[in-house]
Amino acid sequence: MTPANRSAYWRANLKVLAACMIVWFLCSYVFGILLVEQLNGITVGGFKLGFWFAQQGSIYVFVVLIFVYAWLMNRIDQKYDVHEQDR
Amino acid sequence: MELKALTYLVVGATFALYIGIAFWSRALNTGDFYIASKGVSPVANGMATAADWMSAASFISMAGLIAFLGYDGSVYLMGWTGGYVLLALFLAPYLRKFGKFTVPEFIGERYYSKTARIVAVICLIFVSFTYVAGQMRGVGIVFSRFLEVEVTVGLLVGMGVVFVYAVLGGMKGITYTQVAQYCVLIFAYTVPAVFIAIAITGNPVPQIAFGSEITGTGDSLLGKVDDIVTTLGFNEYTSGTKSKTDVFCITLALMVGTAGLPHVIVRFFTVPKVRDARLSAGYALLFIAILYTTAPAVGAMARYNLANTILPGEVGAGTGNLLYEDRPGWMKNWERTGLISFVDRNGDGRIQYYNDRNPAFADTADRYGWRGSELSVDNDIMVLANPEIAGLPNWVIALVAAGGIAAALSTAAGLLLVISAAVSHDLVKGIFVPGISEKAELLTGRIAAAFAILVAGYLGFDPPGWVAQVVAFAFGLAAASLFPVILLGIFFKRINKQGAIAGMLTGLLFTYGYIEYFKGLFLKWAGSPWGEDVATEWLFGISPEGIGVVGMLLNFVVAIGVSYATAPPPERIQELVEHIRVPRG
Repeated sequence: MTPANRSAYWRANLKVLAACMIVWFLCSYVFGILLVEQLNGITVGGFKLGFWFAQQGSIYVFVVLIFVYAWLMNRIDQKYDVHEQDR
Repeated sequence: MELKALTYLVVGATFALYIGIAFWSRALNTGDFYIASKGVSPVANGMATAADWMSAASFISMAGLIAFLGYDGSVYLMGWTGGYVLLALFLAPYLRKFGKFTVPEFIGERYYSKTARIVAVICLIFVSFTYVAGQMRGVGIVFSRFLEVEVTVGLLVGMGVVFVYAVLGGMKGITYTQVAQYCVLIFAYTVPAVFIAIAITGNPVPQIAFGSEITGTGDSLLGKVDDIVTTLGFNEYTSGTKSKTDVFCITLALMVGTAGLPHVIVRFFTVPKVRDARLSAGYALLFIAILYTTAPAVGAMARYNLANTILPGEVGAGTGNLLYEDRPGWMKNWERTGLISFVDRNGDGRIQYYNDRNPAFADTADRYGWRGSELSVDNDIMVLANPEIAGLPNWVIALVAAGGIAAALSTAAGLLLVISAAVSHDLVKGIFVPGISEKAELLTGRIAAAFAILVAGYLGFDPPGWVAQVVAFAFGLAAASLFPVILLGIFFKRINKQGAIAGMLTGLLFTYGYIEYFKGLFLKWAGSPWGEDVATEWLFGISPEGIGVVGMLLNFVVAIGVSYATAPPPERIQELVEHIRVPRG
């Protein structure tokens, strides 16, 4: 693997991380904490929305987020040909 | 069958299962003992991580804690799950690529320094022992509550079982035992929750029942709970009382702390590939989320049940509250354990339960003729009494006992293993006797595990005053010491050993000092805590539970600052970092 290729792979990796961190921060800190009162004004499915994000929604998003991350990284690994071979 | 006999039978059967699994998967070499020879499938590792992670506190106490805290309890829900995102994105795949046995080993090699490794071992032992003492106590308490034996006897039995499978099986034995323990504990947790959800809302899924209407009324569960608790002088269930800054910092400290806990990190060393490590973190969180999204539903339903049981009539009407004579069977049963107790302060023979610490509510209570809240309720009862409240058969109660014990044992075993690995691999092999043979190292590991169990057992038997501060301490410390240097080690090539050591020590000492100052840990003999533990005294309004965030920031700043002021790390370390950043090559 060339150094240029290596740093391109790493940049692609960091982009995925940045995107995931934004989602992570939004669903918990922004929706569940910082904007909780505003969102509590909206009711969805019997829940005040801010409260729902704090006690349910953020957790669902975290789970999906890790699987999406794993999927995206597998694709990037393939693209840069650094994926692990099956043994 | 009688409940006690049934409980013995179910708990005994699970013990036989754990020991059988441990024997079948016993460790044959150090690779087995430390990291199960990297042969664990991502799904199995996910379950094992979930059992490792969810302690007696998650299983027994969390739902009750949330039932009483309401929205403020969200810090635990988000904090103890969001950390897995950090773990999956920033640590697990790279540490798996590094491919060695322990967390201090990574720190020692990345920072080309035995000192850094020793500092990491100290942080690890500090964090893990604090945590394990609480677990052993939990084992003893669960035993004593369900099997009606002394806490000490329960503790000894628990130590014996952990001894057999941790010492014999090492990481390999622990992993497969934890898979079985996960199945036991999640089944035991969700079955009563489903039946209670049906009883209250008619919907069998607790996560949906949480937002549903109460059967036969037009009221939503959460709306009703908000109404009831506010008429009793408590704050609204769905709103918080803590400051936003503090909620933010506690959540972040718990998340980062979770990602920095050595017994959790090391679980991702056991899978075959880097991509398995990423996927496995997803499975781990999925399995954890099943319990963590059920818990707040159980909390809200329990709060509703309790209020509804005690106050069948109108608030403030003389006959609105339940007659003590007419209390339900579960209340009678749990009164014997002291988890729930009643004192008739106003002598009317009825149970009044309200917030007698709310000055704004004092006049109202006085008008009602109430003379103080008459019921004290332990958090733990919200889960423990659930099967009886839902009218479930005895075998479910026995299963909840087995689930609580599984939760405590699996966490204790995981912690004991990282402690023993830190001693045998990092200290003995890494520092003092580098030439030690494989066989001798394995034996050392087993002796260290046995010794750790004895110390943990002692701490559980005679807990020092600081066990209660475990949460603030273990998480704050992991957040402020280990997490930043591991992260920097992977993402910043320029960080050198001087920076890492200075950063770890700064984070460790600052966080420890702050908690000692406000909570009092080891220096009680010297007069700590010195500060009054109230919001007006705290630094930036951050409580000791959340201060790990500041410790973490200091660690980052110091590590980066010192690194740039000193020589860059050698060429081979930069190559090591390049190497761990890519899955292959």
